[in-house]
Amino acid sequence: MSQLILDRLAATFTGGELEQIGSQHGNEWARVRRDAWRTVGSFLRDDPACDMKMPTDLTAVDRMTREPRFDVVLHLYSVTKKHRVRLYAGVPEDDCTLDSLVPVWPGLDWFEREAYDLYGVRFRGHPDLRRILMYPEFVGHPLRKDYPKEKRQPLIRRSGFPGKPE
Amino acid sequence: MDTTLTPSPANSPAGSRRVVLGVQEPEDMDLPTDPIPLNMGPSHPAMHGTVRMVLDVEGEKISNVDIQIGYLHRCFEKESEHATYTQIFPYTDRLNYVSPMLNNVGYAMAVEKLLGITDKIPERAQYVRVIVGEMSRMTDHMTCLGAGAMELGAFTVFLYLLKAREWFYEMLEEISGARLTHSYMRIGGLSADLPDGLTAKLLDNIQKTRVVVEECGKLLNRNRIFRDRMDGIGVITKEEAIAWGVTGPVGRSTGLDYDVRKDHPYLVYDRFDFDVPVGSVGDNFDRYMCRIEEIAQSMRIIEQAIAKLPPGPVMVDDPRLRLPTKTETYNSIEAMIAHFKVIMDGIHVPPGEVYSFTEAGNGELGFYIVADGTGRPWKCRVRPPCFANVAILPKVLPGLFIADIVPTFGMINMIGGECDR
Amino acid sequence: MGLEIYNSTVQAAVNWARKFSLFQYPFVTACCGMEFMSSAAPKYDLARFGAEFPRFSPRQADLLIIVGTITERQGPALRRIYDQMCEPKWVVAFGVCASTGGFYQNYSTMPGADQVVPVDVYIPGCPPRPEQVLDALILLQERIQRGEGHSQIVLKAEAGHDVPIAAIRPRDKGPHAVAGKTEGAK
Repeated sequence: MSQLILDRLAATFTGGELEQIGSQHGNEWARVRRDAWRTVGSFLRDDPACDMKMPTDLTAVDRMTREPRFDVVLHLYSVTKKHRVRLYAGVPEDDCTLDSLVPVWPGLDWFEREAYDLYGVRFRGHPDLRRILMYPEFVGHPLRKDYPKEKRQPLIRRSGFPGKPE
Repeated sequence: MDTTLTPSPANSPAGSRRVVLGVQEPEDMDLPTDPIPLNMGPSHPAMHGTVRMVLDVEGEKISNVDIQIGYLHRCFEKESEHATYTQIFPYTDRLNYVSPMLNNVGYAMAVEKLLGITDKIPERAQYVRVIVGEMSRMTDHMTCLGAGAMELGAFTVFLYLLKAREWFYEMLEEISGARLTHSYMRIGGLSADLPDGLTAKLLDNIQKTRVVVEECGKLLNRNRIFRDRMDGIGVITKEEAIAWGVTGPVGRSTGLDYDVRKDHPYLVYDRFDFDVPVGSVGDNFDRYMCRIEEIAQSMRIIEQAIAKLPPGPVMVDDPRLRLPTKTETYNSIEAMIAHFKVIMDGIHVPPGEVYSFTEAGNGELGFYIVADGTGRPWKCRVRPPCFANVAILPKVLPGLFIADIVPTFGMINMIGGECDR
Repeated sequence: MGLEIYNSTVQAAVNWARKFSLFQYPFVTACCGMEFMSSAAPKYDLARFGAEFPRFSPRQADLLIIVGTITERQGPALRRIYDQMCEPKWVVAFGVCASTGGFYQNYSTMPGADQVVPVDVYIPGCPPRPEQVLDALILLQERIQRGEGHSQIVLKAEAGHDVPIAAIRPRDKGPHAVAGKTEGAK
């Protein structure tokens, strides 16, 4: 049912922007070249056959040993046509940036902030890119696979009150 | 329920809410105000979880708001990368902790899609999932409405709805063993069948809850104070809801007719006859009415499901997924080894990725799971519905008064465990 | 001899009054909040123990109930609220997340609220049943009667004798105040 989107994408973007398309477990997905991220997004929103006006989710995956290291994953939905698609963009670790999709779908504001906070992917053109779930004094990006799960960065000293003297 | 009221000046948009006392130039009466920052800190009595709102106010009117979440970030994703698929169920309980069964169902369905066994789940398990899911949805809406009404002063409504919620907690405790954090689902079905006599008790309690909800409706729907504080406040348009990814009762109150149970039916929802309340104005009162009506519709679904509940097993009969019975485990070495492997190693899910979505209490709850072939997921992402619902608030709140934050935030129903994960 | 008996009788009477009129500040964060609401609801009424209505200001409360998980980000806020309360004050850690961190052992969760505030009664459970909450409240009341709450012990140590009347003295500024940066406005 979402094959239509992949067909439209394949028909429109013939210059190598679409690196790979596929379908798995009922989800259709397309891998997009990094510099065509915003073009493909705008097309999907504005094309009347696709009409993907609702952004459902934006997140990142740390593939660890694969190059490029991170995948930014975007899920889109159309309330009129009732179809979905998933888009991937590979982001390397040394140049961890990607175009922001906030000008296309304003609802991705907080989702991109969260991907920046937890994975370190910077979004170019985001109006207010700062940490959202962790506190500003936190150092590092905790959902990366090389961040140990139990490494705490306490914000307040742990002693000096009745029951726990200095 | 009759909800008509004569229009009053309070029903007009928030900016024009001034009582003109026969003075020619009302603007001259305004005292000059400086904008000041005001902190509604992480611990505030609205009992809606912890969130910090840094407001810029001029007098009482909000000009800018910065909502800071993350005070309940309990690292669901990081923990699930270190836990087996079955061990993640308790973590999912604590996401939207007022409707834990719905999270369990969503997660179980996502892993079952990865395994490819969605159509092998026994019928009885699917019906029971629907029943307990709708019970959880009812507790979610009752808590939201009760707390929301209490903050506006209607303490009686809070106590009535909590009394009804207690009945559901008792029944859920009989089913799963815990009042709040059930962990009832397993990959491939349920952990245990419904106890005897529960369906009769459930039908009985539904009748009593109908009476309670009717009473609360009578207390609030045409209540002058309640309507004045809720009508026309916090309006979200349908286009904004779509562009911001707002779903659930908040999205439906704007006129967006999107309910995952109707548009993309899962489990056995396509066999039931129920309506989906859709609002028109998108203000707080519409969100309130959507939720009250959804409680009534959930009761309809539960009654139909109990009538059609088939007998049978509640777990798929696959030795890689289900735990052997106790008699087998204690009496045969193969079963003991199987028991050990399923628990310690986890269920080996073939490599793949899936995004599975269900209708939770607040909207579209999505699970995006990346599996790598071992017993632990590579990534288990939750798409929280109230994350998008709260993200739109900095656009909705400016122009309102400080006192309007309370009903607006109450009706958005931000659950800290889900928003921050 | 007579003076001491007189003093201890006053102390007992004052503690009796304190334990049956606790003004609670529920610092609600997470799922345990639902069980807190249930224990305040008609079925498992908290009001019959005197802990009737929550005072939503730390300046007016003397029982801080820490309900739910405390994250590192929340730590300075919790500490500040504890400091703003007047003495004598008591703290109850409601739920296993507030007691020891629960099953959350990660970079964001504080392993127990007693890392930053002294806790008098711990209620385990995830979430605890309302009956456990009532049991904990009775335990706390017995502790208050004996004068063994952390804050009561500190007051007695500082004054050198039993302090019969409440010392209205929050510790925002003083030896136990939080040094350094708390969450500033951003």
